[in-house]
Amino acid sequence: MIKFVLMVNRQGQTRLSRYYQPVALRRRAALEADVVRGCLYRKKDQCSFVEYKDFKLVYRHYASLYIVVGITESENELSVYELVHNFVEVLDKYFSRVSELDIMFNMDKVHLILDEMIQNGHVVETSRTRILAPLSALDTLALS
Amino acid sequence: MPAVSKGDGMRGLAVFISDIRNCKSKEAEIKRINKELANIRSKFKGDKALDGYSKKKYVCKLLFIFLLGHDIDFGHMEAVNLLSSNKYTEKQIGYLFISVLVNSNSDLIRLINNGIKNDLASRNPTFMNLALHCIANVGSREMAEAFAADIPRILVAGDTMDSVKQSAALCLLRLNRTSPDLVPMGEWTARVVHLLNDQHLGVVTAATSLITTLAQKSPDDFKTSVSLAIARLSRIVTSASIDLQDYTYYFVAAPWLSVKLLRLLQCYPPPEDGALRGRLTECLETILNKAQEPPKSKKVQHSNAKNAVLFEAISLIIHHDSEPTLLVRACNQLGQFLQHRETNLRYLALESMCTLASSEFSHEAVKTHIETVINALKTERDVSVRQRAVDLLYAMCDRSNAKQIVAEMLSYLETADYSIREEIVLKVAILAEKYAVDYTWYVDTILNLIRMAGDYVSEEVWYRVIQIVINRDDVQGYAAKTVFEALQAPACHENLVKVGGYILGEFGNLIAGDSRSSPLVQFKLLHSKFHLCSVPTRALLLSAYIKFINLFPEVKGAIQEVLRSDSQLRNADVELQQRAVEYLRLSCIASTDILATVLEEMPPFPERESSILAKLKRKKGPGNLPNIEEVRQEREKERSLNGTAEHKDSSDTASKTSLYPSADLLGPAAPPPSTGASLLVDVFSDSLPAAAHTPLDMSPATASGDNFSRFICKNNGVLYENQLLQIGLKSEYRQNLGRIYVFFGNKTSTQFLNFTSTLNVHTKPADPTIDAGAQVQQILNIECLSDFTDAPVLDIQFRYGGTLQNFGVKLPVMLNKFFQPTEMVSQDFFQRWKQLGAPQQEVQKIFKAKHAMDTEVTKAKIIGFGTALLDGVDPNPTNFVGAGVIHTKSTQVGCLLRLEPNTQAQMYRLTLRTSRETVSQRLSDLLSEQF
Repeated sequence: MIKFVLMVNRQGQTRLSRYYQPVALRRRAALEADVVRGCLYRKKDQCSFVEYKDFKLVYRHYASLYIVVGITESENELSVYELVHNFVEVLDKYFSRVSELDIMFNMDKVHLILDEMIQNGHVVETSRTRILAPLSALDTLALS
Repeated sequence: MPAVSKGDGMRGLAVFISDIRNCKSKEAEIKRINKELANIRSKFKGDKALDGYSKKKYVCKLLFIFLLGHDIDFGHMEAVNLLSSNKYTEKQIGYLFISVLVNSNSDLIRLINNGIKNDLASRNPTFMNLALHCIANVGSREMAEAFAADIPRILVAGDTMDSVKQSAALCLLRLNRTSPDLVPMGEWTARVVHLLNDQHLGVVTAATSLITTLAQKSPDDFKTSVSLAIARLSRIVTSASIDLQDYTYYFVAAPWLSVKLLRLLQCYPPPEDGALRGRLTECLETILNKAQEPPKSKKVQHSNAKNAVLFEAISLIIHHDSEPTLLVRACNQLGQFLQHRETNLRYLALESMCTLASSEFSHEAVKTHIETVINALKTERDVSVRQRAVDLLYAMCDRSNAKQIVAEMLSYLETADYSIREEIVLKVAILAEKYAVDYTWYVDTILNLIRMAGDYVSEEVWYRVIQIVINRDDVQGYAAKTVFEALQAPACHENLVKVGGYILGEFGNLIAGDSRSSPLVQFKLLHSKFHLCSVPTRALLLSAYIKFINLFPEVKGAIQEVLRSDSQLRNADVELQQRAVEYLRLSCIASTDILATVLEEMPPFPERESSILAKLKRKKGPGNLPNIEEVRQEREKERSLNGTAEHKDSSDTASKTSLYPSADLLGPAAPPPSTGASLLVDVFSDSLPAAAHTPLDMSPATASGDNFSRFICKNNGVLYENQLLQIGLKSEYRQNLGRIYVFFGNKTSTQFLNFTSTLNVHTKPADPTIDAGAQVQQILNIECLSDFTDAPVLDIQFRYGGTLQNFGVKLPVMLNKFFQPTEMVSQDFFQRWKQLGAPQQEVQKIFKAKHAMDTEVTKAKIIGFGTALLDGVDPNPTNFVGAGVIHTKSTQVGCLLRLEPNTQAQMYRLTLRTSRETVSQRLSDLLSEQF
């Protein structure tokens, strides 16, 4: 299963974090710093899967943002790797060219999107239109 | 899609976030945050009731602050209030705050449950979804209790919206994990499995996750899911015609769902039904075929999604391990990936092939890729990929390629990343041992390991090489010669000095014939390293020297001179000083015979699982939490446990290894100096010849179980010993009374605190602290009230470092301790023997001799047992006859015994007659263990 999803910028600042297994706050900061250090300094030709303690990290790099997902052994690395891309494409569609700022200023919406895709550490929805359905409904409501 | 503006309506939030972004320093950021926290706190505390919008805004700010890594200790109540809002956005923020910040034991759960209940009842699918997400994310016991009944119903109800079904499935999964007792699946099982047939692929995706988890727990209940999963998979994979709409990702049909279905199938063996099996095989073949087809898109997303499915299919093929053709195809496919330009694919291929190597069908096929893998080891730029290559080489190793693989790993070791060196060392050591046809190769390999990566050679590795050399006499001479040569190097690793010292100490004589490695040369060579070594190694070298004195009397003078020097005799280190003093003394006063016995060659080690293998397993062992400390503690715990266990199964070698206390082969912890001391004290005691001939009795055994029975015929000695504590006993008995002096020795360098040792009867308490290296005494007074079988148990508890130690030790108080010997002449004996002729008064036992049948030893044991040994009673002089009276407070029980050895058959017959059946039985049990 998926243990956590992190969005971190190049400076190592967390822009979004979602944990699917409880981690104490004081340990979160250390974990995030550690995880980011593990991924940030990797070169392009290095593999996107990093063994970290007793689990694995799958990371992807988009402009100024890194998305890092912690997964257990039972998860398929490549499918998580593409899940990250799917997530980014959904964000891109909603925010029309998503940027780090969009994510900072619309934390609630990003969470909503993530919650539609991953629940309790498992993939629940992968169809872009369906992921965005609740948000679209919301926005039409707000406009009317 | 509507244009989304910054902050979307929450201006205050946007301003705050901008402020934070503009902060030039961490201090400024913290200042701004504290200001905001104060502001929010005052708003929440203020008299004016806040409207929903403000609450939402402030809760959102708190969430943002939390994200920045600050603890949030208020606002929970406001978040809970938001749950009852009618506005979706307010509700959503409330739920978000709760699922991110509220842990499952919060006292707010009841209020939250209330909000959830209302939303679940609302029949508004978006509200229901929020509520279900919340249960799935928090999943506390109280929530489970409140909603366990509703959720399965929502999941399978015909009129539930698809999106709600998805959330309900994940919700149920969570509750099943946290409180399985509350969600009995029984009645829902069939309908949940049926969700695999749902039209909606999102529902199928969620249901597959749920079913996979449930099937792992109780596979039998979900067996029916296999056929449905295969049907579903087949429809996705093989029929190109159906339109999966949005579930097609870069021309790959429902990749995530396919992966999940393949994962679900890995919970089960291959289907028995032929048609079903055929259909699955067809699916797997199609997936393998697709990998060979030209890609439908040049985008990397296309190939990644396709390969995600492919790797999962290969996992399933490996899991089934039943179709040789598929296995070989899988292997060939992975072989292609080994040379792919994508690092990710090379990594996954190496990883996957590792499991493939263990299948008998594909092991040979995997082996054909050896050159590619070796090449990967040399050229890959990513350490994690190289690590996989090492793993794969390890997995594909067998007798045919062991030499090549070991050689490649050794050469890689020189440039390997520091982080993986230790593991490589362990792997090389294991392979070298496992596939050694000729052990000279093994010895060379290990010495190479020490030479190239001495720092990463753990104790287990060099212990093991010594164990093997000691157990195989065909390699001892070669080992001695090789270490001797290796030690010639001007700078050698300390581990080499250890191995060298040990091996030359044992087998130096095998190469002493050559004048270039004469005893004196060997000694000088070892001693030239002495001053550069750490204390444990020096201690080991001193032991090697004393062994030299035995092997080569001609160097005695030179060695005594070294031992006598001030730097040894007055060494600041107690261990070294003690060894120097004792060894010097031993070499001066003991005769050559005694020396030869005391310093005899090590006996072979019992065969058991290699300690290195155990270590490798430990290294790979699963931990659960991303917490370094806990994992480390866990490891240490395991290690100490392991140490004790090893001690146990090799107690028969303990006497001799104690010559090398700090470098004990049997476990990482060093036995205490006192072990060495007691050894030598015993050697010099009056019973010297006897003690010397039975070396086993000279030093305390390390297993407590053995020790108990050892006390049947004696009263003093070491009762218990582990790495921390040694318990010695001195006891004396008189009629029905006894007194035991218990000595608790702290073997560590740390104080034990809160020390208690309590008997299940009344005792005087022992001193609550035991200083490092110190000993405290406890006196137990014992009275035997009536005859008994069970020994009292001493409960010992103390704090060592931070951890509480607790264990029980059986005190050796047995019935025979209350014997008073009775001398009598032949006539009296037989008269009483006849009086005790009733069948229940006699117990007879015939058993095989466990020790050598030595008359003197047997006599000593019978006397030690407590009876008088009556000479000239039995007409057959080889038989032993004894008599005594057991004193208890209430009665006295007279006992007669007769032991008839049969040296030819190596058997004994023991007959006991007493006036009480239970006493006869117990005494027979106790005594028959002794021969």
